[in-house]
Amino acid sequence: MKYYPIIGLEVHLELNTESKVFCGCSTQFGSAPNSQVCPVCLGLPGSLPVLNKTALTYALKVALALNCEIADFTKFDRKNYFYPDLPKSYQISQYDKPLSKAGWLDIETNGALKRIGITRVHQEEDTGKLLHKEGVAMSLVDFNRSGIPLLEIVSEPDMNSAEEAYEYLTRLKAILEYLDVSDCDMEKGSLRCDANISISTDPKKLGTKAEIKNMNSFKAVRSALEHEITRQTGMLSEGSRIIQETRLWDDNKGITLPMRSKEGAHDYRYFPEPDLVPFIFSSEDIKKVADSLPELPTSRRKRIIEQYSLSEYDASVLTQDKDMADYFEEAVKLYNKPKSVANWLLSDIAAATSSTVGIKQLNLSVGRLVEMLKMIDSGVISGKIAKDVLAGMIDTGKPAAAIVKEKGLEQISDDKVIENAADNVLRENPKAVEDYRSGKATALTFLVGQLMRHTKGKANPAIANKILIKKLGAS
Amino acid sequence: MSELHKLTANQLKQEYKNGKTTPQGAMQALLERIEKIEPKVKAFAHLPERCLAKRCQAPLTQKIDRFEVPGTFLHGIPVAIKDNICVKDELTTCASKILEGFRPPYDATVIEKLRNAGAILFGKTNMDEFAFGSSCENSCYYPTRNPWDTARIPGGSSGGSAAAVAADEVTMALGSDTGGSIRQPASLCGVVGLKPTYGRVSRYGLIAFASSLDQIGPITKDVSDAALLMNVIAGHDERDTTSADVAVPDYIKSLTKNVKGLKIGIPKEYFIKGIDPEVKSAIEIAVKVLTDLGAICKEVSLPSTEYAVSVYYIIATAEASSNLARFDGVRYGYRHQGEASMIDMVANTRGDGFGAEAKRRIILGTFALSSGYYDAYYLKAQKVRTLIKRDFDEAFKKFDCIITPTSPTAAFKIGEKTSDPLSMYLSDIFTISANLAGIPAMSVPCGFTKDNLPIGMQILSKPFDEETIFRTAFTYEQNTQWHTRKPKL
Amino acid sequence: MMKFDKTIVEYTAKLARMKLSDKETRELALQLADILKYIEKLNQADTSGVEPTSHVLPIKNVFRQDKVKKSLNIADALKNAPEKEGDFFKVPRIIE
Repeated sequence: MKYYPIIGLEVHLELNTESKVFCGCSTQFGSAPNSQVCPVCLGLPGSLPVLNKTALTYALKVALALNCEIADFTKFDRKNYFYPDLPKSYQISQYDKPLSKAGWLDIETNGALKRIGITRVHQEEDTGKLLHKEGVAMSLVDFNRSGIPLLEIVSEPDMNSAEEAYEYLTRLKAILEYLDVSDCDMEKGSLRCDANISISTDPKKLGTKAEIKNMNSFKAVRSALEHEITRQTGMLSEGSRIIQETRLWDDNKGITLPMRSKEGAHDYRYFPEPDLVPFIFSSEDIKKVADSLPELPTSRRKRIIEQYSLSEYDASVLTQDKDMADYFEEAVKLYNKPKSVANWLLSDIAAATSSTVGIKQLNLSVGRLVEMLKMIDSGVISGKIAKDVLAGMIDTGKPAAAIVKEKGLEQISDDKVIENAADNVLRENPKAVEDYRSGKATALTFLVGQLMRHTKGKANPAIANKILIKKLGAS
Repeated sequence: MSELHKLTANQLKQEYKNGKTTPQGAMQALLERIEKIEPKVKAFAHLPERCLAKRCQAPLTQKIDRFEVPGTFLHGIPVAIKDNICVKDELTTCASKILEGFRPPYDATVIEKLRNAGAILFGKTNMDEFAFGSSCENSCYYPTRNPWDTARIPGGSSGGSAAAVAADEVTMALGSDTGGSIRQPASLCGVVGLKPTYGRVSRYGLIAFASSLDQIGPITKDVSDAALLMNVIAGHDERDTTSADVAVPDYIKSLTKNVKGLKIGIPKEYFIKGIDPEVKSAIEIAVKVLTDLGAICKEVSLPSTEYAVSVYYIIATAEASSNLARFDGVRYGYRHQGEASMIDMVANTRGDGFGAEAKRRIILGTFALSSGYYDAYYLKAQKVRTLIKRDFDEAFKKFDCIITPTSPTAAFKIGEKTSDPLSMYLSDIFTISANLAGIPAMSVPCGFTKDNLPIGMQILSKPFDEETIFRTAFTYEQNTQWHTRKPKL
Repeated sequence: MMKFDKTIVEYTAKLARMKLSDKETRELALQLADILKYIEKLNQADTSGVEPTSHVLPIKNVFRQDKVKKSLNIADALKNAPEKEGDFFKVPRIIE
């Protein structure tokens, strides 16, 4: 019996507008509690919402970048439910006439492209934040987050593995970063993800799904889904039924647990929001936004492959991160060896970045990198030593020349010095010499390695190679 | 005792201009009047003392010349505010226990406009809780009394504003109208009440009942005062996206005495069984006054009228149920104490804090929106609303305005309809359609019953054509004496 | 024709998060059944091909610019709070 996981993802994205979606309060993160509220986002009686134009424009950008059909008529609806962080006891959202639908996003899986459908992208507002006090039966509420613009991006249940889900999120995030409409920071909560997963014997038919929440990183999403697949598949093969429920991912324990809730399914009683007039877009409106879209990751990747003759893989990894791709293209403008630049970016430089430190935060301007690369070309340092130099540059923020000088890392290109070292190496390693002379090419590699050791890695490898060969051939 | 409390706003302005009195003098007269008769009328939820001196922005004794802006100037004119309109730092409770102690940290747009025009905010008037009612009996405080017969209701929900104006406790007042709440009490109290076109006046700061129906409007002693007040409060507000970006004319210029050739429609569906014969007769006589002055009156049909009450009680209660969901004891108002869980706190706060009529409407509205019933009730009602609006669109192609009775009866006795909610709802039958269609409508006094109870005539016109209403109403008023009669208190 | 009875009132009151006494529930069931019966009139209206009216004015596309405006100061925001702690609103726990 073959079981197919069927996965759909729901992403909520906080837009990085200056002000909130329905009022002028600041959206700045981390301010004193309840210092960024007003009658509107506090849900005071008599207040009324007014839509932030930039929030709408950002929403359109995302929808267009995800290849969605934009509705020519769209409106807001009230989603009614009670919760202490929801000041009006309804959320202004979109129900039956959302901003956009029927889009798609391509992911790469097993070397092939797979199209994941996007059911809809719509606008809504965020809620306040609840803080639970330990040991006390009370909670505290901060409404600074109430009213921050949200986009809800719902995928079709087109993913069939945890890895595909991970890929989808990575690709989606790349697009969103290119558009610069959100910080996309799962730790800060500006990007949130819930998953719907079911197991089915027929990949085209949905099984009973579980909704998974509380995943705080893309890795957590992947792990949670892997766990769920195992759990559900296990249950099904035993003959147990899957219950439709909401489960929470426990990152520490590595399992999902059912969410206990007294409430049954919500009846949100959606109806058109009477306080907000509807929106009608002309094709000119849409075209204007479409024309303002930056080059998106997929197009950029294609162009980079063509323009710089990079490999599919290299271009793909580079364009995953907009800042990285920008850096690459700027560097190539100053130093026209794209493959070399790409290599450095994708290895040592990428290794120095992390989820919190992007390439922009590294102490490594494009100019500085190029300087260093030119030093390799001119033989001042070897490629190998350059790795240490780079590490030093990132650590201290000093230019390559200073690091090389301070640490005495200049490459030795003096024939006499290398000849000396070569003589020592040949004398110390008679067996290797013999092996080489009897035809083992690897012995040369060994001997070059020894020479590098003697010179603390600073010998010019090409010259070392040449001299050793000459000497080996001499006797 | 001075007679200043009896003056209209225009008359008071004249007194100020002629140096005969000052705003302080006028206020003194009104406060004395309130002291004398308020115990009998109970028009106010929160009496005006607190608005004076400390909070009032109008310089009280200063010369008035530098504020002179022709037609919009309200300097030193006391205006009472219905208790569902937010006045910064003043008690604003919608006559509900669930908002007890609430002092909004902001002014409604209309309040800002009144302040900028120099008006004196003169107390908060009593109302049916959250504007749910036609009698002012649903207030958490007490029922307001009709100044013409204190055993009777003043109408609702702006009963306090209408009674205060009729009883000369204040010069003018603001009310709100969702299904007739300005017009019906104005009619029952013998004063003028205008519901503007939907979107004519900003709703920002009006505590919402039914967002697609609510409007704030003037309640005044005569038509001229209504024009004065409208000039100040009307206009586009960027904080209210449903407010219309349409220029505000000088309504005072429409106060002309000329109805020659005015085409008036009289809808046949409004003259039905159940209408009081005295009311019917008063309207017929009023129409005759207008035809004698040159108007042309003909019958018109508004065939969807019979559905209006049904449509209203679905749409209005549905929107209200959602608008009132924010009253949960979390951020303001009453909170039920002693509950360990959030759910119980909220449920008890709402169960305790809302009155019977509020609960009735919340349940009805929630039901109409709930899963399985939405299409049959809410969606259906919205479609029939379109039919009602179309009736008026068609009628206004042939007529300049429409005249009907405002209320099927004059004021009924306190307690008479409280045990029969449906019959209470049916008393809104003439006023409701204007809210559903979004058109402006005014009630002007047009007679009295043999028990000396006021009767009101309703004049409706097409959207943003308050000018025709003002012209018609002013002409009628100036050719009759109803507006000069006062209740004996 | 659906029967509007006590059960429906109870369920609706739960949706509306509003506690009703037994007496209130029974009264509401009777009164609202009455009102709903009257409202059934609507079924006689022919609405085939008629669009619903959500907004009575033909206004559309109203926005505001993305500019930060002054918020309430914290004291004003919390002024009416039934219970507060520091700069937070305080509420009983949600018991899951």
